[in-house]
Amino acid sequence: MRTTPLVLGVVSAAILVLPLMVPPYYVTLMLPFMAYGVVLLGFNLLFGYTGLVSFGHALFISIGAYTGAVLTTKLGVRHMELILPAAALAAALAAAPVGALCVRYVKIYFGMLTLAFGMVFYTFLLKFYRLTGGDEGMRMLRPSLFGREWAGFSKTAYLVGPYYYFSLAVLLLATLVMWRIVGSPFGLCLKTIRDNPLKAESLGVSVPRYRWYAFMISAVYAAVGGALLAPPTGNVDPTLAYWTHSGNVVFMVLLGGFASFFGPLLGAFAFIFLQDTVMSVFPYWRLIFGAILAFIVIVAPGGLMGLFARR
Amino acid sequence: MILEAHDLRKRYGAFVALYGVSLSVREGEFVSIIGPNGAGKSTLINLLTGVLAPSEGHVRFKGRDIGGIGPVALARLGMARSFQLVQIFPDLTVLETLQAAVVSRLGRGGRLFASLRGDRQVQGEALEVADLFGLADRAHTPARTLPQGDKKLLDVASAFTLRPEIILLDEPTSGVSTADKHAVMEILVGAARRIGLKAIIQVEHDMDIVFGYSDRIIALHQGRVLADATPAAIRADARVVDMVIGRGAR
Repeated sequence: MRTTPLVLGVVSAAILVLPLMVPPYYVTLMLPFMAYGVVLLGFNLLFGYTGLVSFGHALFISIGAYTGAVLTTKLGVRHMELILPAAALAAALAAAPVGALCVRYVKIYFGMLTLAFGMVFYTFLLKFYRLTGGDEGMRMLRPSLFGREWAGFSKTAYLVGPYYYFSLAVLLLATLVMWRIVGSPFGLCLKTIRDNPLKAESLGVSVPRYRWYAFMISAVYAAVGGALLAPPTGNVDPTLAYWTHSGNVVFMVLLGGFASFFGPLLGAFAFIFLQDTVMSVFPYWRLIFGAILAFIVIVAPGGLMGLFARR
Repeated sequence: MILEAHDLRKRYGAFVALYGVSLSVREGEFVSIIGPNGAGKSTLINLLTGVLAPSEGHVRFKGRDIGGIGPVALARLGMARSFQLVQIFPDLTVLETLQAAVVSRLGRGGRLFASLRGDRQVQGEALEVADLFGLADRAHTPARTLPQGDKKLLDVASAFTLRPEIILLDEPTSGVSTADKHAVMEILVGAARRIGLKAIIQVEHDMDIVFGYSDRIIALHQGRVLADATPAAIRADARVVDMVIGRGAR
């Protein structure tokens, strides 16, 4: 894997100069990519490194997004530098009890439990109209970035300029931190649990506790990504917590390849641009995506990354 | 007395697996447990390693009751085990497997942002054990691609990496070719000496291995201890030979 640093360097440089090279439309498509990139880094700590598939990650994405909306519209907090830690904290508070319960189960039971919690929160967002705005959701006001309000910027200029670079900075930081985590003694313990929980326990690794830590970290990542997702649309609504949104997260990871560290990032990128392309030519895009998913699972279980790099 | 079981009984509903088994293991001993299928060996192992709690009686390790305490607490107390069906981490390399055991022993699993590569103690100890078990030249091989004998060694080696005081080996040579069995045992016994293990308990079917390495043999039959004696005495015990060992096997 000596080519990895080179590829990373080229990709980073391309992302850095992208707003100068391509039309704003494509630059704005990079925003959900970067937001989901953060979500997926966390999701894959649970999936690729710990061996647990969550079907309820939309729960934490929506917690992050709604935290941003509540802070900007109701509490007058506009600093994105405050919104992100608040989103992380809110997710951690929710993930502590939810995770403690879910990690007692594995495989399909874990998946179903996480899905159930996601749907509970979806219903809460939908029905508690006064608190959450119900199906219309809430507005997400333009947050200030790097200590400035960017008041003179049009929405597009704001998104393809400061917001783009802010998102990129968050994604880079999230990537670096996750890189440290998977390369740490803690990361190794997670891998032992993924590969063989029985053996891990016999070596003294407390399986439920480590699963719980991984769950918390992945929830925090999901919320930070979720908070990044809201400003470009300017609105948050309950579909963020809906189970199909969780399904998209799983899809992205499978598309990119869960067995590799960068696979999920590639998956997020491919998903966003593929969705945009397919939607513009064919209204039934889910049909195409279903076929793609079936193809990946049967023919290329390593995802796109599995096609490029052999482990 | 490092490990002591007193009058262990285990019932599963109406079925009784053990009818009052007592045994003890002293420092420096290599003890083998033998018995035909259904004698209660698996249940006894599960009781001795704290996986199950006995219905009656107790198991004491270094004077502490370890009935049903579970594998994690057991490892921390200083008892390790290997499995009858080889247990490995398929996608981890030999070295990573051993590193995981060192990380666990040193209690460093909570280090979220520390570099595993930069941890000299973890790296060093893992390499040491790989060397001790003759796995050093396969240090970077994923465990799933190892030959069966090496998988078995890795399973045991990772248990040794915990530097336990006592180790319980569940059929350490099952699945290993007859030609390699003695080589595996020599490596095990040599490593045990180097690490300073206080006692080894093994459950084994291969009578060559049992008689070749044990200081003492405990024969189980239908949930009871049939005999508990030196290899020479066991060989001379007609009942054990008839019911457990089989005349042809000698």
